[in-house]
Amino acid sequence: MSLKAILDRTLLWVCVFLLVSPAVLFFVWMISLSLKYEIDNGAYPPILIPETVAWENYAEVLKSNRFGTYFINSILVTGAATLIGLVVGVPAGYGLARMKARRTAMLILIARMTPGLSYLIPLFLLFRWMGIMGTLWPQIIIHLVLTVPIVIWIMISYFETTPMELEEAALIDGATRWEVFRHVALPIAKPGVVVAMILAVIFSWNNFVFGIVLAGRETRTLPVAVYNMISYDQVSWGPLAAAALIVTLPVLVVTLIAQRQIVAGLTAGAVKGG
Amino acid sequence: MNEASLGQAAAAQAAAASSTMGKAGRPPAWTGGYWPFVLPAVVVILAVILFPWVFTIWMSGQEWKLGQGSSFVGLANYWRMTGDDRFIESFWHTLSYTALSVILPILVGTIAAVVFNERFMGRGVLRALFVLPMMATPVAIALVWTMMFHPQLGVLNYLLSLVGIPPQLWVFHPGSVIPSLVLVETWQWSPLVMLIVLGGLSSIPTEPYESAVIDGASRWQLLRHITLPMVAPFIMVAALIRTIDAVKSFDIIFAITQGGPGTASETINLYLYSVAFAYYDIGYGSAIAVIFFGLVVALSVLMVWLRQRTQWSEAGAAA
Repeated sequence: MSLKAILDRTLLWVCVFLLVSPAVLFFVWMISLSLKYEIDNGAYPPILIPETVAWENYAEVLKSNRFGTYFINSILVTGAATLIGLVVGVPAGYGLARMKARRTAMLILIARMTPGLSYLIPLFLLFRWMGIMGTLWPQIIIHLVLTVPIVIWIMISYFETTPMELEEAALIDGATRWEVFRHVALPIAKPGVVVAMILAVIFSWNNFVFGIVLAGRETRTLPVAVYNMISYDQVSWGPLAAAALIVTLPVLVVTLIAQRQIVAGLTAGAVKGG
Repeated sequence: MNEASLGQAAAAQAAAASSTMGKAGRPPAWTGGYWPFVLPAVVVILAVILFPWVFTIWMSGQEWKLGQGSSFVGLANYWRMTGDDRFIESFWHTLSYTALSVILPILVGTIAAVVFNERFMGRGVLRALFVLPMMATPVAIALVWTMMFHPQLGVLNYLLSLVGIPPQLWVFHPGSVIPSLVLVETWQWSPLVMLIVLGGLSSIPTEPYESAVIDGASRWQLLRHITLPMVAPFIMVAALIRTIDAVKSFDIIFAITQGGPGTASETINLYLYSVAFAYYDIGYGSAIAVIFFGLVVALSVLMVWLRQRTQWSEAGAAA
């Protein structure tokens, strides 16, 4: 190896280190905060690895009276919004791709450009008028603003790349369009559906702004519940960091497992919710 | 390898061409008959996207506080904004926050894309770690950043002290709050820029590099004169997406500062939240929402215009 090549390699590794360390150090510090007693979290200079590990921080969060409810709320809202998003969005993506209605993608871009709060004012009034404010339905319905456009967007680009020959052959053989979709197009598009589902789940799970307005005491999702921990209770850092970690852990695990699909989905549509 | 994939592309094109020819026999049938697939989505989009739009525009013409009656006031709510110092201040905060939150992630993300485009050991894992902040729940990470920003107990001031920099007040001082929030924004969203630009890098053909290397071009020259011009369109797409997201940024600011100290980090989106859901001034809030959407569209159009200009000037430079 020449000197120049060695220098090049060194420079590359310095860059990699500088880029990756803020992300790694942040999550390491987050774990450290969540596993320390108050006295260690207030120490100066800061302590990375405490002598005694405060597992109680997690126990405290998990057994606090409403955490289970909020966890179930998050799962119900994200689950229902993703499911409805797929049921509605996958056929729509298929239809739009086959109709070659590329222009409709503009509509989805506009939906993306609209600030979340401008959906909230009218829908908030509508939900109050309908008398469903104490339930999870307002949040499930408004999360469709996140899930439906993502699913349609990803499915359009996916169905546009799937080969048409099989579908045409099936149509010639007398299958209806629904049968073609159900038995020919959909099985081929399964990987695309998985990508759409993962992204819809992540964006819905992470959403905060809809919950902060629409959630009542019993209907909070996890991001809202964690936020309320700082504003109302004077909790110490340990349990707070533990709660924050519990909220985001499912998403981080999914990201690490399904990294390839997520990258494919994000670069295909280059979309983000919110 | 390259030729093989080109061959595949040609085959796919031929197949596409033959299927178009096949269509000629029975023309309109192929693209027709698909509207039932789209219908449910149309209903949902009408209900949760279009209805709110129409309703917001209607409400913006009303004097309407929640719990009180409403009355039509024409454009009075829009006129009110021009004399509302807090709105005007939030407008400038939004612009500076957005400018910084586009430029810095574009810089870091583009560098990261160039780095992750190289081949090295553990690239997949390291890239996954780099991408993590982008997928993490914003409120959860905002909480931890708040602890890290703490002037006495925060780890950031400790890290600064290690390299001899005096402690900072970060988000607790009006002068440093926006740059501190932008730091979080950059940390979180550089990965998205990286992914988009990386997609661009992987689509660059190898031929121009090969001939440039034969001509004796240095590494820097390759980057400056081949790589960057060729990924410029992707960088501009990333900038467009970043602009849209940065203008609308809410979670990070709300969870870390609530727009404070005072109103030093209050962007339009946060002010809109206060007007609509703290003061329940529905009419005025709706008018702000309309203007805010206008700002998002205006900035997006600006980015698209910039993109077209960069492409044009490159064509000019190449010629």
